Amino acid sequence: MFSSLSKRTLVILFSLLIIIPVSMVVITTLKTSDYFYLNPTGLPDAVTFQNFVDIVKENNLHVHFLNSLIVTISTIFLCLFVASMVSFVIMRLKGWKSALLYGVFIVGMMLPAQVNMIPLYGVVDALGLLNSLIGLILVSTTSFMPIVVFIVAGFMKTIPSSMIEASTMDGASEWQIYRKVALPLSAPAMATAAIFIGVMVWNDLLYPLLFVASPDKKTLPLSLLDFQGEYFTNYPMIFSGVLIASLPMIILYIFLQRYFIEGMTAGANKG
Amino acid sequence: MRFSKRLYLFLIPGALLYFTFFILPTLGAFFYSITDWDGANQNFNFVGLANYIDLITNDIVFMKSLGNNLKFLLAVVIFQTIFSLIFALILIKNTKTNIFFRALFFFPTILSSVSVAFIWSFIYAPSIGILNPFLETVGLGGITQSWLGNPDIAIFSLAFVQIWFHTGQVMIIFIAGLQNVPKELYEAATVDGAGKWQRFSKITWPLIAPSTTMVVGYTIIQSFKAFDLVYAMTGGGPAFSTEILVTFIYNSAFSHYQFGYASAASVILMIIVAGITMIQFRLINRNKVEH
Repeated sequence: MFSSLSKRTLVILFSLLIIIPVSMVVITTLKTSDYFYLNPTGLPDAVTFQNFVDIVKENNLHVHFLNSLIVTISTIFLCLFVASMVSFVIMRLKGWKSALLYGVFIVGMMLPAQVNMIPLYGVVDALGLLNSLIGLILVSTTSFMPIVVFIVAGFMKTIPSSMIEASTMDGASEWQIYRKVALPLSAPAMATAAIFIGVMVWNDLLYPLLFVASPDKKTLPLSLLDFQGEYFTNYPMIFSGVLIASLPMIILYIFLQRYFIEGMTAGANKG
Repeated sequence: MRFSKRLYLFLIPGALLYFTFFILPTLGAFFYSITDWDGANQNFNFVGLANYIDLITNDIVFMKSLGNNLKFLLAVVIFQTIFSLIFALILIKNTKTNIFFRALFFFPTILSSVSVAFIWSFIYAPSIGILNPFLETVGLGGITQSWLGNPDIAIFSLAFVQIWFHTGQVMIIFIAGLQNVPKELYEAATVDGAGKWQRFSKITWPLIAPSTTMVVGYTIIQSFKAFDLVYAMTGGGPAFSTEILVTFIYNSAFSHYQFGYASAASVILMIIVAGITMIQFRLINRNKVEH
């Protein structure tokens, strides 16, 4: 439909649209602020890593980094654990009970977190969980539970029922069937879900903004948000923070590209 | 298949969380929407449908945010769908080069909205940014401006960022759909003398209809959810020109302490999103029956 020249041009144009801003971020972090205002778009005159040191020190970024890490990893594990148990029941039950349970847990996928954030704030407040990482973890876990049930239950349904029956014959308890059969066999779906949750929670702004206020509880995106007021247009500093916040995901993406693309698409794919 | 009743114990943690942090607040939105709750005070009054009536008949900012959301949504749905479909068609074959470009196009998806907001705030910045100098260099100096400061333009500047952010991801959804189209159909059509455009319009387009429906539905809902990006980039300004429904809800509650009022706006958003999802599911199921 397109000539091969115009195809190539389009692909190269969009590539540049991604490569230029990203390299610009990296280049800017290596400039001193003084030099940046003289020459905002050019190459640095002398490479400095001082911005990274300063931005971490001035904002306790290492604390926020750790908070993000705690919230992300805990949410991944808690959500996979809780959602896989629900999925297991959906798989074991048959007929309308299974369908009803599935339906109830999937409904949450259709309503974005934003529609109930006001009463959710009330619930978190009433439970005394405002301003705590635990509150953030519980809320994030719940918000990703429907999509994980969708991914994992869908996968568990493909496990041949003969395998489950064989274990029942051997006298295995439900817990043993879950632990020894269903969970290991669902590993690929769990990995996909883990990546999806990981990216979304690491990058999330809304929940930390709603539920966390004190400086020692902030996660990275929330901490970055303060930079606008703090550094105004001092982009060497701002972008150093951006790079620190993005680096873990970038490194994982480089090594696990295929799984990232799969995971993020499964998250979007609800047809 | 038999199972013991203990199986139901497996549901306890999930059900507890789901009830506390999803079902309860979702129902709560309806409840608070008929009150004048301020978010802090334990006492509040029931005001009936007053919040809804105020929103629809009295609140210029609410109507404006609805309009902005529609502009944002249309720009993103139209251009993101077209671009991602074009790139999917170009990069459909699993060659090494294509896989590399797919990974590159997908890359922005893994960044946080806050990071993306900073990157584009810099690009758009009037004096130190890079878009205006670039436009001057290529002879388009006439259109340089404050991309986020001009109330007529700002919402489209944001839409562009959203497209930049998610085109790669949507492209992947299209590629998955396209790779399901049987190759024999194209071969048969080529033998029958069908041109490239005919093959697209008669084979590809109808067969990827389910993917397209899904992509459009997903993009529309993403546009209603774009809180992080808008909040971090403009906070809804200047002069409410980039206020969308979710930022309106957030600001009503947390800047003006009108929790009841904000809940009413949430319920309206909930109805819009649920409506779109239902239409989308209907269309997808219809497509499934047809093929």
